[in-house]
Parts: sequence; C-alpha cells; structure tokens
Amino acid sequence: MPPLSRRSLFRLVGLGAAAAGTTALGAARLRGQAAVTHDPATHSMATHAAHVMGPVGRVSTASFDPGVFTRSWNFSHLPPEEREGFYRETPRADGTLLREYQLIAADREIEIAPGIFFPAWTFNGQVPGPTLRATEGDRVKVTFINAGTHPHTIHFHGWHRPEMDGSMPEHQVQPGGTFVYEFDADPFGLHLYHCHAVPLKRHLHKGLYGVFIVDPRAARPPADDLVMVMNGFDTNFDADNEVYAVNTVAHHFMHEPLRVEVGHLVRIHLVNVTEFDLINSFHLHGMFFDLYRTGTSRSAPEKTDTVMLCQGERAILETRFRYPGNFMFHAHQSEFAELGWMGMFEAVEGRRAT
Amino acid sequence: MRRNHAIWIWAALPIVLLGVLVTAVIKLQPAERLRPAGAPPVERLTISRATLASDGIRLYVLNDGPDPVTIAQVTVDDAYWAFTSANGSTLPHLASTTLHVPYPWVAGEAHLLKVLTSTGTTFEHEIAVAVETPAVTRAQLGSFALIGLYVGVLPVAIGLCWWPVLARLGRRGLDVVLAVTIGLLVFLLIDAVHEGLEGAAQVAASYQGTALFAGAAAAAYLALEAVGAWLRDARNRRRQQESPGAVLALLIAIGIGLHNFGEGLAIGAAFALGEAALGTLLIVGFTLHNTTEGLAILSPMAKERPSLALLVRLGLIGGAPTIAGAWLGGFVYSPVAAVLCLGLGAGAIAQVVHQLSRQLSGGTSAAFASPRIAFGLLAGFAVMYGTGMLVG
Repeated sequence: MPPLSRRSLFRLVGLGAAAAGTTALGAARLRGQAAVTHDPATHSMATHAAHVMGPVGRVSTASFDPGVFTRSWNFSHLPPEEREGFYRETPRADGTLLREYQLIAADREIEIAPGIFFPAWTFNGQVPGPTLRATEGDRVKVTFINAGTHPHTIHFHGWHRPEMDGSMPEHQVQPGGTFVYEFDADPFGLHLYHCHAVPLKRHLHKGLYGVFIVDPRAARPPADDLVMVMNGFDTNFDADNEVYAVNTVAHHFMHEPLRVEVGHLVRIHLVNVTEFDLINSFHLHGMFFDLYRTGTSRSAPEKTDTVMLCQGERAILETRFRYPGNFMFHAHQSEFAELGWMGMFEAVEGRRAT
Repeated sequence: MRRNHAIWIWAALPIVLLGVLVTAVIKLQPAERLRPAGAPPVERLTISRATLASDGIRLYVLNDGPDPVTIAQVTVDDAYWAFTSANGSTLPHLASTTLHVPYPWVAGEAHLLKVLTSTGTTFEHEIAVAVETPAVTRAQLGSFALIGLYVGVLPVAIGLCWWPVLARLGRRGLDVVLAVTIGLLVFLLIDAVHEGLEGAAQVAASYQGTALFAGAAAAAYLALEAVGAWLRDARNRRRQQESPGAVLALLIAIGIGLHNFGEGLAIGAAFALGEAALGTLLIVGFTLHNTTEGLAILSPMAKERPSLALLVRLGLIGGAPTIAGAWLGGFVYSPVAAVLCLGLGAGAIAQVVHQLSRQLSGGTSAAFASPRIAFGLLAGFAVMYGTGMLVG
C-alpha cells in the first residue's frame, strides 16, 4: 500500500479518524470562502430572462473545480509529487501496466449550488470521485481506505472475481479498515465504480461514485476527452433531488463554458449516477454526435443529439464542432435542466489554449 | 419605614438572582454540551404570505427557529431563479425579510416556491391561484367595501326588519326565537373556533397560535362581561327604563361584529389570494348566512320599542366590521391578525350565548328540556349549517 503522505492527507481536508479534528475546521473554512462569493442581497438584479434563471451567486472552485475534473484522470490534476501518493504505474513483462490507486472514503461537506452545502460521503474528498483510466489488459490494484463514519465498499463495473465485487455484507470495509481490490481492466469501455454498502440509495446519492475508463488496446483516435457525470443531490432527504448537475456543481458550465476547438474531435465520457429519478439525459444544441453505448464497441451505429441513460448506464459521445460560438448542453428533462443540469460549450477556432 | 425597605429588597432579590442565572446560562451555554458534534442547526422559516406584481413575486419570510438561517437559493416550480433579499441572506432568530423573485408568473395558474437554506433544507409556499395582489387604490377599496356591504351590513339590516314580527310574539314564541338565535350563535362559535385553530396551526410557531387564539377569546369574553356590567350600571344610575334588552342586544351586536370582522378578513384574503373563484356564490352564501344575525341582535329587545336610530346603530356595529375586515384581509393579510380576530370573535360569541341562555324562560336549565326550545336551538344551527354549505 502506497504511504499516505502528510501533505496529501491535508489536501483531502476532513479525512476521517486521522484528521477528525480538521473536519470541522475544514468545513468552516469552506463555508467562509463561499460566503464571500454568495450574497443575494448584493446580487444585481437583471430583468432579462436569461439572467434571472438559475441560482444566485457562484460556487467556490477552491476545493473542487468541475472544469478541472472534466479533463482529469489518474490524479492528473495533482502535482507529480502529490500524485505519487495516489497513483503509480509500473510496466509489466507482457507490455501492459500495473496501475495502483489509493481511494479514501471520507465525509465532507461540499458546495453543490451557490450557498448550499451538502454533507457528502466522498472518495478522496470530491464528488464524483477521481476518474480512473486504464488500458484493456492492464492490472488494476486499488487500495481502499475507509476514513468515513459508515462501512463502505468499492464496487467496480467490469470483469472480476466475486471476492472483488464489493457488494456482499462480508465485503463491507468498516470505518478505519482497508481493502485492496485487484482485477484486470476488461472489457474496454466506459465504466463506473461506486460504493455498494447498504442502504444503497443513501451511499450512492451521498456521493460515493466515480468513473472508470478502460481504453481499447488499439487506441481510439486522439480527441479532447471530457468526463461528464450526471448527478443529483437530495438536500432535504425526501427521496427527491433538489439539485441536478453534470459534475456536481449546479449551472457551473453556464458561467464557465467548456472551451473546445472547432473541427477537433471531442469525446464525451457520459455517465449517469442520478439517484431517485429513473433516467437522465444529455442533449447537445446545434449538432449531432456518434453514440457508443457503454463504449464497448468501435463502431457507432447511432447518430443523435439526445441520449437517454438509466441509473448506472453510460455512453461515449463523439462529435466535431462545425461552427464557432456557444452551444448549450443539458438534460432534456426540463426540470433537471432548470434545477442545475445545464451548461455551455464555447467552440473556438484554432488550437485550444488549455 | 425600615420594614418597607426590607420588603422591596426581598422583592427585588429574586429578580436580580434571575438576571445572574440567565447571564450565566447565556455565557456558559450548558445546552451546547447536549448538542452532538456536527449536528446541523435547527432551521425553521415561516413564509407568511406571497404577493404578486408585474415585476415578480415577493415572499415574506420569518425565521422563527432558534438558530440563524442562511437563505441560499429560491426555486419556483422546480427551477432556480434569481432573487434579492431585502434584509440580507442570514436571518437571526425572529428576523424577517422579503424575497423578491422576478419570476414571470402565469395568471390563474398555480406556482410552488421553495426557499433553500445553506444546508439544503427546503421551505415551501404554494400560490394556489396566481392573481396580481390588489394595490390599495380607491377603486379596490370601493370594491372591497361593496363586498363587505353585501355580505355584512345589508344582511344584518334585512334581518333587523323582522322586528315587527318579533314584537307580536308571545313568551313561548319568543323563547323559540331566542333558541334559534342561540343555535345559530353556537354554530358561529364552532366555526370561529375551527377557523381560528386552523389558522393557529399555520402561523409561525413563535407566535403560539393556539394560545393566542385562546387568549384573545378569553379577553373578549371578559371584556364583554365588563362592558355589559358597566352599561347596565350606567343605565340604572340614569334610571333609564326605556330598553333593558338593548344592553344585551348591543353585546350581541359587538360579538357578531367581531365575528363578521373575521369573516371579512377571510373574504378579503380569499379575493387577494385569487381563491375566490366562486365569487358570486360565495357572496350569496355569506349574505344568506348573515341575515339571521339581524334576528339574533333583535331577539332580546322583542318586548321593547327600540328607536330606528338604535336599530341602525346596532346594525352597523354588527355588520360594518365586515368592510374593515375585507380591507385588512385584502391588502395586508396577516395570519396572526386573523387568528387574533377569530379568537376575539369566538370569545365574544361565547359570552353572548351565555347571556342569551339566561334570558330563556328566566334562565333555568329546565328550559332546555322543552321540545320547543330544543327545536329552536337545532333549527338555528341547521339554518347556519345549510347556508354554510353555500360558502364551503
């Protein structure tokens, strides 16, 4: 098990038993930050319909930036020395890689809409958890530390032995406990991982889920890869979501459009983990995309501009922006869209700056 | 003298000690030890009313919970919407604010507003039928006055026209009329208690609606007792023999007036909230309902010769508060005021029922055993029940 450095521990503010004392401090700090950006009293009132719709204020991106999450996998958002604490790859004799991860379940209050704080259960302090990305045939080894207050597991979608399933009562990792999940990355496609402790609904909607991408051995064409997790939050615990989003923060991409390059291949890894609602959907304005359901095939039999996914279902979407400018994307359930699941692409000519 | 000083010191000592104790509790916060670490705050917001105008919806919000509440977002019909808060976003205990939501509401349709706090707790307010909240204009005041006239003043006046019939009734006939009056007043009492307690459940918990209602009722009862005693006393001193029943009639008129004030509140609020879609039927119902109230005012004076001026005065006391109620309900509807008025009305009616019962055949309990009286009581109740169906 890779050692958990003191620095990385502090980065994951509010990590369970080891950092119990910092939990409250961290939460207080986060609240303080948010208070600066959120004040309806001083928010200037615009009468134009486009401006009066949506939540008031902005969510602080200091601890979690949905834009950064969209283009991060295997802890690529961390500086190299910190990243080592959570992700290492070692070449194997057959040319594949051994990929070792460290995932830590921890309770943490997160800001999901301006001024609204949700008592989340997280993997590594963030919702969704870090995106794991391997190539077909790689060995995946995930050291799971439960620093939370309830028993948790990690249940991966993909081929694995039953003892690696993280779903049975005996698979539950008690608070303070550790378990190592080990399996081969198979099949290629777009998968997910999530806690499978009971009660399931609560463990899922509290935030214990993440994306698991398995690339085919023969790489897909290079593209601008984007990870989008459709999720929702039931803030008053009435089995109905108050906030919907892609990558957690309501309306984030309305204010911070995802910048893409005209003519360049854009690949969206779309995963639906919305709880309580049977389905969720993704609709892209002004264009069509090729649809690879579960990403398990190299050929796309379907071209569409709206895709419906049930809970746990996912799909890879590929498109090229034909025109520069802003293009909206959102759930085609208008209710979800107006409760936060709505965003914007900004297509620009020439090479993308980032 | 020294003894007197000692008394004052002893009287003040517990108050000083109490002050010390309260200061200690506030400083030491012993209750905090019982609150588990990380326990969320107790959040309680009461949305007392919503007004609709061309520039959107305004919500009147009160924090009547123990902890401060921070308002984070507002949704209208499951859509996040921009809003401004007149009094900042964090409300301490018993602080209130007005939220302005520039939402393009749809006339005649329903809207559901949710206020989300920083913890994601939601507080809802339903607008059952969206209509523009009436502004205080001369035309609106006139319209509400007219409605008050139809449902309050005129029906009571019409009821008073039964006086010549009453004057010709014998003792037995009069007992029946008194019984009918008691029956219908008991109905109004039940109605006021029901409405009052229903309203009490809706006001902010800090206002303790049920206690407010009961307190108002008790106050009205005792006040009418005192007024009645004072009036009788005054008349006796002036040796006015003209109309002893007039005192009781006045008390009944006051009681009915208070009740009609509450009724006016309800009617005004119903029109303001757009719930008076029944319109004409509602007015006809209240009109029929209230005509019998004139009879109730008359019944203690059946054997007297009240002047026309006195009848007009009593009619106005009983009926005119409907207009004031309709104004108040239509323009500044407040659930707390409504509970208070209904409580006053209930107490007043209870006192009047008590007074009238004593008039029945000399006030013996045997009177109630007579089939005539029982019939009268039930008939009075039934008439109110029947006409009440028109407004239900």
